[in-house]
Amino acid sequence: MNSLIVLTNLDLLLAAMLVLALAGLAARMKLGVSTELLVAAVRTTVQLTILGLILKTVFTSSNGWLVAAITLVMLFVAAWEVLSRQKRKLHRRWGFSVSIIALFVSSFVITLLALLIIIQADPWYTPQYAIPLMGMLLGNTMNGIALGMDRLVQTAWQQRMVIEQRLMLGQTAVQAINDIRRDSMRAGMIPIINAMAAAGIVSLPGMMTGQILAGSSPQEAVNYQILIMFLITAGTGFGVVAVLSLISRRMFDERDRLRFDRLLQPKKD
Amino acid sequence: MINLQSLQIANYSPITLKLEAGECMGISGASGSGKTRLLRAIADMDERGGEVIVDGVVSQSIAASEWRKKVALLPAESVWWFDTIGEHFRFYNHYFSALGFSEEVMSWDVTRCSSGEKQRLSIVRLLESCPTLLLLDEPTANLDLENARRVESLIASYLADNQASAIWVGHSAEQLKRVSNMRFTMKEGVLNQITDARQVTDE
Repeated sequence: MNSLIVLTNLDLLLAAMLVLALAGLAARMKLGVSTELLVAAVRTTVQLTILGLILKTVFTSSNGWLVAAITLVMLFVAAWEVLSRQKRKLHRRWGFSVSIIALFVSSFVITLLALLIIIQADPWYTPQYAIPLMGMLLGNTMNGIALGMDRLVQTAWQQRMVIEQRLMLGQTAVQAINDIRRDSMRAGMIPIINAMAAAGIVSLPGMMTGQILAGSSPQEAVNYQILIMFLITAGTGFGVVAVLSLISRRMFDERDRLRFDRLLQPKKD
Repeated sequence: MINLQSLQIANYSPITLKLEAGECMGISGASGSGKTRLLRAIADMDERGGEVIVDGVVSQSIAASEWRKKVALLPAESVWWFDTIGEHFRFYNHYFSALGFSEEVMSWDVTRCSSGEKQRLSIVRLLESCPTLLLLDEPTANLDLENARRVESLIASYLADNQASAIWVGHSAEQLKRVSNMRFTMKEGVLNQITDARQVTDE
């Protein structure tokens, strides 16, 4: 069982050749993704190598403050990533706080609950559990939050005439935005709902695959995968709800007027 | 009775005026002169200073949604969000027939309606909440003469029956003469009365 096959640099180089070959082919056919492809491949190599080095030291030291510092950095980078995926730019400081709050709810709080109540490692912040869990949650809930936020702001902007017409007919701000809010909730939740529905039949989830490759028994891997799926679902859901209520509240003022000026950065020419 | 008390829009000078129940005020003026902004300010759709009082009720004293049921704004271009016309209404009422629609209008597909039909239907929709003040932004711009007359007489009978008032923004001087008790022109946010001597102060 424990005859784990360790990957050498040569193994990775062989896999890298595939990406290089693809980039070469794309360049020849003028398909235009070659540069992006190579940059992303280099990024993933460098980022993950550095992460490996950091984790190695963190795992051996098992220092709670170090774990806290790393999760905070992850949180801020994820919030920045959510904002940069928005087609319409929110007011920077305000948009950043909204993303931080949503990710805090979706990842930080949920990870904390899972560590304290479900996994109960000793100490509870044991980095082998805390950091991968937080990473999985951030990476996945970030998607849902970014999608839900983008859908809400985009649709509300496109349908601002509809929203105003509904207000003019005496609807409240909540009534006027509710259809769009429901639609955005769906947009944010669909990826994880699909992932849950397809797991085990169409797709083998990445974490479970990794665990099995690393020598865990399939049942153990499955249990962890189910736990992660539920945590991601709950995290995404609460995170998207937080984003939707914060943004739709900001979109209207106390007299139920539609106020994109409070939400969006003014367009520069 | 309607009171505008030093209603302040953008950097225009404040507007103060009175409108009795049943009266209709006509406003004309070049585009960009502030007519639409005045209507939006009265309906509390934009930030503005001053106050609007309808039958003793101050706008800020009730919820914005309640205010807009009392003070109903008809935008120049009506907007529809459901698939069929009927979904936008509670039920078929006599305003439909007054504007020439039979009951089958309720099943009509919104995308197949002409702009004139939508404009007439939006007037029916406006009257459904039984507002005290109608703010009409070029309500007959897309209509032929016959339908424009129908709208004029529907509004007139609505005002008389419900002791309601209206502010009618339009381009045709003849039409404004027919529908309104007093007429104003607007230029850069300032109202000037055309004939009789009702109080309009530009402070």
